[in-house]
Amino acid sequence: MVKYKSSRLDRTFGALTDPTRRAILARLEREPGLTVSALARPFAIKLPAVMKHLDVLGHAGLIRRIKSGRTVTVSLSPAPLRDAMHWLHRYERFWAPRLDRLARYAEAREAKAREAEAREAQAREKRT
Amino acid sequence: MTSLTLVRRIAARPQIVFEALTTPEGIRHWWGPDAGPVLHAETEVRVGGRYRVRFRLLDGSEHESAGEFLELDPPRRIVMSWQWMAGGPAEESGAVSQVEIDLRPIGVGTELTFTHARLRTEASRSSHEDGWSDALDKLTRYLSPDSHPAIGE
Repeated sequence: MVKYKSSRLDRTFGALTDPTRRAILARLEREPGLTVSALARPFAIKLPAVMKHLDVLGHAGLIRRIKSGRTVTVSLSPAPLRDAMHWLHRYERFWAPRLDRLARYAEAREAKAREAEAREAQAREKRT
Repeated sequence: MTSLTLVRRIAARPQIVFEALTTPEGIRHWWGPDAGPVLHAETEVRVGGRYRVRFRLLDGSEHESAGEFLELDPPRRIVMSWQWMAGGPAEESGAVSQVEIDLRPIGVGTELTFTHARLRTEASRSSHEDGWSDALDKLTRYLSPDSHPAIGE
């Protein structure tokens, strides 16, 4: 069960690495239940290419396709994306504040190093 | 296996950032104090050398991570293995992941690219998450190539 879920999450992230697929998801969020051809229209790629992207999204469980007669409508299936968000948030919560503190600490050290360098330069000037 | 990447622009030269990342003195400053104190930090900064950091979170729980420096190119690049010796997320128990840090000199100082790679993934058990719309919006921001943090496989 755990293994199944892990590989599903990998598929979710894999599916989301492509900008066209992200655009498809964003559009479906605004307009649920679009037909495949309506969905393909704004993209500069051919219908078969859009179908391939939909296959990847479907395999990752990110969309549902419902066939009614000769038309296929597409809707979002939010659970896998929620899982992905949950996972990301946890690691981001861990690292982001630490890197922010690292930046503040390094910047304070930089300021001190510059002061020291300025003092040295002044001392050199006095000697000459 | 998935990874998380974060990018920061820091107004400090790469050498200073590198030292903050690799010396116990530096680590003590940025692992705490907001999220709890660093109880112990040790580093042996050479390829094959070990590091160990033990810290306490605000909830009182103690965590320890340790690993080995796999690549060191001061002040440009650090690659280290990462393992939770105590605490950490359940699915990472016993697993070895990898932290990669690249430092690039830029006008104001350093651009730091931080990647925690080879992480195990785990599905969420909770259903009370953000709304769908909110989640997608955030994820699109995460994933757009020119924003950070970004995610890769």
